[in-house]
Amino acid sequence: MNDYKSIALAESRAYVFKIILRLSGYLAIAILCGVFITLASKAALSLQETGLSFFYTSTWDPVRDSFGAFPFFIGTMVTSVLALTISLPFSFALAIFLGEYLKQGRLSNIVSTTLDLLAGIPSVIYGFWGLFVLVPLIRDFQNMLGIVPHGVGIFSSSIVLALMIVPYSASISREVIALVPQDLKEAAQSLGATQFEVVTRVILPYAKSGIFAGILMSFGRAISETMAVTMLIGNANKIPTSLFSPANTLASVLANEFAEASEALYLSSLISLALMLFFITAIFSFVGRWIIRRWMVNG
Amino acid sequence: MKKLKASLLLSCVAVTLLLSGCGDSNKRMEIQGAGATFPYPVYSKMFSEYHKATDIKVNYQAIGSGGGIRQLKNMTVDFGASDAFMNDKALDSVDREILHVPICLGAVALSYNVPGVNNLKLNADVLSDIFLGNISKWNDPKIKALNSGVSLPDIRIVSVHRSEGSGTTFIFTDYLSKVSKTWLNKVGRGKAVNWPDGLGGKGNAGVAGIIKQSPGAIGYIGHIYAIQNKMSLVSLQNKAGNYVSPSIAAVSEAANTTIPADTRASITDSSAAYGYPISGFTWILVYKDQDFKGRSIEQAKATKALITWMITDGQSYVKPMHYAPLTESVAQKAHTILESMNYSGQPI
Repeated sequence: MNDYKSIALAESRAYVFKIILRLSGYLAIAILCGVFITLASKAALSLQETGLSFFYTSTWDPVRDSFGAFPFFIGTMVTSVLALTISLPFSFALAIFLGEYLKQGRLSNIVSTTLDLLAGIPSVIYGFWGLFVLVPLIRDFQNMLGIVPHGVGIFSSSIVLALMIVPYSASISREVIALVPQDLKEAAQSLGATQFEVVTRVILPYAKSGIFAGILMSFGRAISETMAVTMLIGNANKIPTSLFSPANTLASVLANEFAEASEALYLSSLISLALMLFFITAIFSFVGRWIIRRWMVNG
Repeated sequence: MKKLKASLLLSCVAVTLLLSGCGDSNKRMEIQGAGATFPYPVYSKMFSEYHKATDIKVNYQAIGSGGGIRQLKNMTVDFGASDAFMNDKALDSVDREILHVPICLGAVALSYNVPGVNNLKLNADVLSDIFLGNISKWNDPKIKALNSGVSLPDIRIVSVHRSEGSGTTFIFTDYLSKVSKTWLNKVGRGKAVNWPDGLGGKGNAGVAGIIKQSPGAIGYIGHIYAIQNKMSLVSLQNKAGNYVSPSIAAVSEAANTTIPADTRASITDSSAAYGYPISGFTWILVYKDQDFKGRSIEQAKATKALITWMITDGQSYVKPMHYAPLTESVAQKAHTILESMNYSGQPI
């Protein structure tokens, strides 16, 4: 009798647990859909009034109710791609170093902990560091080149963004590299491969989908980073003409203008920017998943 | 997953607490307000003194004028606060009548960083040309003509503005729109505008930071912020032809012009002889009919009493915070406006 009871109890517990798990899964989907529906319904007014020209015109003039998001799209993509390009060699090298050359020991712990700490620094601190340390250096550099010494602009924000995303891509790539099966590496070594050859011929091909996932995550972070970029990009609502131009990104326009926007069309246009940001991150995440699946090595 | 669940649970608890907190606050006497950041230093001083004197707590969220107006429209606050008055179109979009009660005046100062120059004079034409990007060097003949005896260097001008929407920007662009036809047609006035030139800094701190760091920079910042950071300020030629630096006296002086009964007026480019030309009121916004969303008449009375205190006894906290108090005639108008507040037609 007692046994039956405890079995029934255990079963019902398992059942409740499963339900809770399932619900939290559904909740994630519901939140995403909810965010999308809210954005889309609030952006409707702007898309109705401005139409598709919202995406390709380049005047953002709240006074005359004329809204074009193209410069912000360009600003977002240029800073993120540039930041990714700057960060790649460093995150790559760090990941291989920590995943293959320095797997254990105190130094490895120190370097890994430092990376995790770097990832946890609030972005406003990166922003301040950029403003007070990096920007004056860049200004001197611009003076040397003989161009207008703004200091702030695309270049400054890309460098700080790169610093911010290195810990992300490096720590994910490190995990993936550490997961490469030992027997594969040993097999390569037994055939006479050097450590360099093991890295380039065995580890990287095996781990590339995971490494790519890490890069993609950090790219997503670069696209949506707000505070540090707002402080460093110069906030000029124009299409950038050079690497040093002041510009603006989708996220920083939102951060700047949302609090004071009270007119309906203005507010709705800002929400359209948020919707754009939503789609850009979604597209990159889908493309990323597709590539990861294609590259996946079925060990 | 566990972490996610834990954090979900936590946020549920937090939301419940928040909601129940709101319920409690209706029983005790608390007044909710939201809006402008520009007068926040003086408001927070006033509200803390008011709490000491009356035991009535005022919660003010400095989320920006736009946010304050939105919250007032949603009827989630007792009062809103704004540095830019709502125009007729904005007022028409609300079903109920909204009153503007002026509380104090503030100035927007022009700060610069020109090596070797510590006394700079500008007039309206030159200022608008600088922010339009038409004058690009500090040794331009137009600037030289206003500053005889000052050696102006041959460096580029970098104009700096606020990157985020702000009441400070509204006052500044309102001034430029009054003094320059080109500015009015090309840019106009607003809390955020399409800047033809220059760099944007976030907040007073961001603008001041860029100015301090970049030789050749000029930008506008809140007067209080400029004083606290001991920045060099431009004396600006006003409508009467006098060069005036921002000061409490010069700002009060600027309000010595005709102000309409509802006080929705801009006092930039004031015709007062020694008035500083880039000054403005900051307002508290309330519904004329205080009976909304089931508020009690006690709550309505408390709101009115608070605002009345702000334009009478509260005025003594204005000057020490470097804002200018209301002039007598404007304070009179503010009282008349407050008297028109009612609760479903019943006077309060």
